[in-house]
Amino acid sequence: MSGIPGSGLARGLAITLRTMTRRAHTRQYPDAKPSLPPRSRGVIALFEENCTVCMLCARECPDWCIYIDSHKETVPPREEGARARQRNVLDRFAIDFALCMYCGICIEVCPFDALFWTPEFEYAEYDIRELTHEKDRLRDWMWTVPPPPAHDPNGEPAKEVAAANKALDPGAAG
Amino acid sequence: MLELLLRVGGALAAFLVLPLVVGQMEHKAMAHMQGRLGPMYAGGFHGWAQLVADGVKFVQKEEIVPARADKPVFRLAPAVGLIPYLLVFLVLPLGPGLVGQDLDIGLFLVLAIVGIGVVGMLMAAWASSNKYSLLGGLRGAAQLLGYELPFVLSAASVAMAAGTLSLSGIVEAWEPWWLLWQAPAMVVFFVAGLAEIRRPPFDMPIADSELVFGYLTEYTGLRFALFLLAEYAGIVVVSALTTVLFLGGWRGPFADAELGWLWTLLKVLAVSFVVIWVRVAYPRLREDQLQRLCWLVLVPVVLGQLVLTAVVKVAL
Repeated sequence: MSGIPGSGLARGLAITLRTMTRRAHTRQYPDAKPSLPPRSRGVIALFEENCTVCMLCARECPDWCIYIDSHKETVPPREEGARARQRNVLDRFAIDFALCMYCGICIEVCPFDALFWTPEFEYAEYDIRELTHEKDRLRDWMWTVPPPPAHDPNGEPAKEVAAANKALDPGAAG
Repeated sequence: MLELLLRVGGALAAFLVLPLVVGQMEHKAMAHMQGRLGPMYAGGFHGWAQLVADGVKFVQKEEIVPARADKPVFRLAPAVGLIPYLLVFLVLPLGPGLVGQDLDIGLFLVLAIVGIGVVGMLMAAWASSNKYSLLGGLRGAAQLLGYELPFVLSAASVAMAAGTLSLSGIVEAWEPWWLLWQAPAMVVFFVAGLAEIRRPPFDMPIADSELVFGYLTEYTGLRFALFLLAEYAGIVVVSALTTVLFLGGWRGPFADAELGWLWTLLKVLAVSFVVIWVRVAYPRLREDQLQRLCWLVLVPVVLGQLVLTAVVKVAL
C-alpha cells in the first residue's frame, strides 16, 4: 500500500462524514407515497363494459387464477325478419391475486381492451380469501387506471401510424 | 449529608442520561452516515424517544435462563458489567468542583475499576453454557488483557506530565501545548479504550455476524438491556476519560468557572461522536490483527511516549 500509513483510514472517515452531510433519500412510506414509474404493475382492473367473455384471458393465464362464469342470452331482432342474436353475459369475473403472478399476459391478450394495469398496491388482507377480487371490486380499480404514458419520441412508430402515413403519401417511406 | 446525596444523585443522573443521549446520537449519526434516516417515529420529533421505547420493550420481555446455565453467575453478570461504570462516574469531574468525590488517586481508581468489567464479560460467557458465548468470552479475555497495558501506560504518561493522579488535578495542570506533547498517548488511549469497551472495530467478542452475539447470546429482556446500557456507559466513560486526561476537561476558551461543565459535555459528546464515526467507517479486526495492533504497535508507541514525557518533564 503506497502513501502515508493511515491515509486509507482517513479517507474512510472522510467518506462517512461526507455521506452524513448529504440529505438521505429515504421516503418515509406511510406519510409519503412512493413515486412510481409509468406503467407500474400494481393490480389488474376490469372494464366490464368492454368484455365479451371470449375467455382468452382465463385460457392464457399461466396460473389459472381468472374465474369466469357466463351465460348466453338471446337478443330479439331489432327489425322484422332479422335473426335473433346471441350475446354472452358475464356472470362472474374474479381474479385470485393470491395466485396471480402479475405477468400481464391476460392484459396483453385481451382483444377488446377490457383489462388494464393500475399502480395501486395497497390491498393486502388478513384473510387469503379476500384476495380474490370479484367483478365489482375489479371494476372499482378502473378509476385508478392512469392515462397511457406518451410514446417514446425515439421509438418505432406504431403500426397504425405507419400505415396511416403510408396511405397519405404512398411514395414516401412509412 | 445533603451535599453527599446531591453529588451521588448527580453522578447517578449522569449515568442514566448520558448513555441514552449517546445511544440516540449513535442511532441518528450512524443512520445519516449510511445514507438513511434512523428512528423518526418514536416520540414524534425525529424519534427522540426511541431508546425510551426500547427500554420499555426490554422490561416487558420474558426472562430466559438456559437450563444448563450456571444460574447465580448468569444472573449476576450484567450487574458486574454495569456497576463499575457507575463507580467511575462518581470520580469523573464535570467542572471545577463539580465531581462526585474528588480523589487524590482518582485515575488509579478508574483504571482499576474499569478492569472489573472484564470479569462481568467472562461471567456472562462461561455461565451461558453455549459454545458461541464461550468463544466470544475467550476472545474478549485475550483482547481486554492485552489492551489493558497500553490503556494504563498512556494514562500514566499524562499523569506523569501533570505530576498527580487526581483527575481534577490533571485538568488543572493541563496546558494547550500538551495536545502535541501527549498526542501519541491520546491516540493510544483512545484506541485502547475502544478495545476495552469492545466497540467496533474491536468487537470480536460480540461479532454478531460470526458468533451470533458472542457472550451476550443467551441474554434477553432486562438483563440484555443492562448489558447494552453498560456498552453505552462504557463509551461515555472512555470519552470522558479521554476528555479529562488529554483534552483539558472543563477548560475552554472563556468562562471556565461558570461554563466548565458545558465545555466538558461538549468535548465528551465530540469524542463519543468520533467513537460512533469509527464504528461506521471501519470493518472488524480479526483476533490476530487485533493482538498484533496491541502488542506490536500500541505498546511500543506508548513506551516511546513515556520516555518523551519523562525527558520533557525533566528538561522543563
